[in-house]
Amino acid sequence: MAMNSQGRQTRAANEMNAEVSTHTGNKALQIEEPLIFERGAEGGSGVDLPEPEGIMPRLGGQQAESAPELPGLSEPEAMRHYVRLSQKNYAIDMGIFPLGSCTMKHNPRLNEKTARMPGFSDIHPLQPESTVQGALELMDRLAGWLKELTAMPAVAMSPKAGAHGELCGMMAIKAALVARGEAGTRTRVLVPESAHGTNPATAAQCGFKVDKLPAADDGRVDLQAFKSKLGPDVAGIMVTNPNTCGLFERDIREMADAVHEAGGYFYCDGANFNAIMGKTRPGELGIDAMHINLHKTFSTPHGGGGPGSGPTVLSEALAPFAPVPFVVSDEDGFRLVETAAGEGEQAFGRMVAFHGQMGMFVRALTYMLSHGKDGLRQAAEDAVLNANYVQKRLSAEMTPAFPGTCMHEALFSDAFLKDTGVGTIDFAKAMIDEGFHPMTMYFPLVVSGAMLIEPTETESKFGLDQFCDSLLALAKEAKSGNTERFEAAPVYAPKRRLDETQAARKPVLRWQPEMAEAMAAE
Amino acid sequence: MRYLPLSDADRAEMRRTVGVETIDELFSDVPKDALNPVLDLPDHKGELEVERIMRGLSAKNHAASDGPFFAGCGAYKHHVPATVDHIIQRSEFLTAYTPYQPEIAQGTLQYLFEFQTQVAELTGMEVANASMYDGSTAAAEAALMARRITKRKKVLCSGGLHPHYAQVIHTNSELIDDEVIEAPSSPDGQGSIMEMIDDQTSCIVVQSPDVFGHVRDLSALAEKAHEHGALLIAVVTEAVSFGLLKSPGSQGADIVVAEGQSIGNALNYGGPYVGLFAARQKHVRHMPGRLCGETVDAEGKRGFVLTLSTREQHIRRDKATSNICTNSGLCSLAFTVHMSLLGGTGLRRLAMLNHEAACKAADALSQVEGVEVLNESFFNEFTLRLPKDAAEVTEALAQRGIVAGVPGGRLWPGEDDLANLLIVAATEVTTDDDIAALKSALEEVL
Repeated sequence: MAMNSQGRQTRAANEMNAEVSTHTGNKALQIEEPLIFERGAEGGSGVDLPEPEGIMPRLGGQQAESAPELPGLSEPEAMRHYVRLSQKNYAIDMGIFPLGSCTMKHNPRLNEKTARMPGFSDIHPLQPESTVQGALELMDRLAGWLKELTAMPAVAMSPKAGAHGELCGMMAIKAALVARGEAGTRTRVLVPESAHGTNPATAAQCGFKVDKLPAADDGRVDLQAFKSKLGPDVAGIMVTNPNTCGLFERDIREMADAVHEAGGYFYCDGANFNAIMGKTRPGELGIDAMHINLHKTFSTPHGGGGPGSGPTVLSEALAPFAPVPFVVSDEDGFRLVETAAGEGEQAFGRMVAFHGQMGMFVRALTYMLSHGKDGLRQAAEDAVLNANYVQKRLSAEMTPAFPGTCMHEALFSDAFLKDTGVGTIDFAKAMIDEGFHPMTMYFPLVVSGAMLIEPTETESKFGLDQFCDSLLALAKEAKSGNTERFEAAPVYAPKRRLDETQAARKPVLRWQPEMAEAMAAE
Repeated sequence: MRYLPLSDADRAEMRRTVGVETIDELFSDVPKDALNPVLDLPDHKGELEVERIMRGLSAKNHAASDGPFFAGCGAYKHHVPATVDHIIQRSEFLTAYTPYQPEIAQGTLQYLFEFQTQVAELTGMEVANASMYDGSTAAAEAALMARRITKRKKVLCSGGLHPHYAQVIHTNSELIDDEVIEAPSSPDGQGSIMEMIDDQTSCIVVQSPDVFGHVRDLSALAEKAHEHGALLIAVVTEAVSFGLLKSPGSQGADIVVAEGQSIGNALNYGGPYVGLFAARQKHVRHMPGRLCGETVDAEGKRGFVLTLSTREQHIRRDKATSNICTNSGLCSLAFTVHMSLLGGTGLRRLAMLNHEAACKAADALSQVEGVEVLNESFFNEFTLRLPKDAAEVTEALAQRGIVAGVPGGRLWPGEDDLANLLIVAATEVTTDDDIAALKSALEEVL
């Protein structure tokens, strides 16, 4: 009772009116922040640059009459603006980010430190090779780790994201078919219904026809249906393993043998490699190509949606068709093969202007050296154990999509919400009020109202228990008929539920001066 | 292992909860002979040890800041304010995912909206997306977008287009049997693809300033393209030039793609960078990549969401406009923070400083005997013709601690008539001493 003894007594929280509206619209640490265009001044600036000397321009008459009409902020204003914006984001550094098939794990800061070493961050992609031997050696070492972890003989390093890696793998398959003289006849690619949307999109971008593979009742590819679809027009299959239901395709070798026998290739989507790194090697399972998301498995950060990096490992059959550039070494050191001639004669082409995501390579190699082979295997085991722990605990109130254990992600259907009036999206939005980022929702498409939870290995048991306790309480609440909080959720987030339909119907994709006038008029 | 929170006691208890005795019971679907392979890799290391290894590798490289530096051709050395790197390392930006839950991702979404507005203004276009992997992949996607709009299959690349960009376009377009025609390189800035445009042309891809540094007038090309129902795709590899040159949009471009690295981003040996992609409003539903749009929340307050996702792969699957499902998030944030610090007037001044540095470099180097400057116009980059192979010259200068530029042989291997060309870039970081050092070193080796 010592507290507040001199002042006015604090009322109990439940007596407070939760609907206090402030004059600013702010809620303490939650600040409504205008766009820079509404607050910055044209002519303002947060950089001090010297006065130009007034040399006569040689711009071929193409000089613009005036500067771009964009506001500038002083450094303190800019800092405050972007820090305030940052505080409206959820992030892995704040709590579990259980997005299935996204592998949101802790991002070690050592990786950020090494990526900023001047010998990596301050070198130019076209400076003489003799001046970047350390960079080429780093790429070569990272490639060595990736090849050893996958038991594959080659890796294309330049793809800039997972989907770009998929494109690389499928381009290599197309090039191999061209070399065999079968590109005109082998035009069909088999893709499971449960696949990431990028798989069919990639196949289509390569000019292939996509043929859907049904899932069996156990959440895996239906082996018989798959075999029946094979034929002389099949270019290959694209299968994720572990798949998007969080299950290992136990028939993977039989599938690989069958597609090879039919003259096609096996593309494996490596999005879920975190479950198996150090535990098993795709090269021993019969695959021909697989991309590795360095931003997932090897923790180069997601950065709010990129940059990613998607090196793609290739089998003996596809290795000759790898795109330029690639690193080779001899007694004189390392060098790049940058042209589709000579050593790169069979290369299917070039995917990017330069050599790939060097900044991500540095972070990934740092991560690998830190973990070592023992740490990587332990990480995969812990990731799988954490997912199974969550699956087991949540099964008390929620409905697992498939019986048995899972790999690194636990999949639930919305069956436990049946007749409650609460949908998967409401359940997810209520999680936001409880302080958690929702799981992946409505994916994979083969499960009704799917909820896909991937905790990763960097969650503690304490954290998982908090998470599970909260979800179990929410599930009970939904079943008890209290639907209001679900429909209203999120209540405590920086924004209430956003109208995505309006955004798509009348797209407003940039700020215009009229917007400011309209706001002022209101 | 410092990154793994579970203790052995936790693991044992959790296995009991799950109902397995050993961890490998959870891997029972993996073929037995492929489980737990012996790996020829080292065990884990402490932070100090790892840092030591990485510093060793870093030290084997010559950094741009280590001496006079003149390389460009699609990647440029600029000064980035310290604020930028601080902001992009904020946990809430660095360790967030794609903003699929907009209520708790307004930070990312609002800066993307600011980014799109800045890019649209700089390019002179109506709309811009939330960024692409880099300039070259943006160019390839632009060619595919033009095909969707015009339903034609012929792409014309100008001779001034960065050859790597042309190759990326080739690689992507030829997959679907489109024809990609490259005009011959024109180091003197005289060539034009004007006469090659016909009624089968889907788009023309023109870079300005071009790879040799010449500033091109796009208006006449735009007019000719439009007469034939084709689109003009303008490529810009040096985003700082937006501060000083007429925007591609004002000259009639239908799609503008650019490498945004120069604003806010380090050289990084070629990546990660940030591709800028802008177009006309009427073509917005044909655009690839993520788009951020404005909307309201349940209380009527303004907020931002990813929108028009019916174009995208996770909804449309094999009918999507592109397989792209990422942007260059953190690099676009760096761009936006740097651009917000510069403002339009700051960018213009920065661009003028770049141009003046290049003017001084061109004047100094043209005095070297046997060296010819090929450009009448340029922004911050120009082409020299040397009396001998430029790759040999750059190697000799590298031994003296000077990165002299990009030799023709690096970009056009095997093309002997381009081998003596040296493409030289100067920016605001280039000092008079740097230019003097390059000049005297060049005099020594020629």
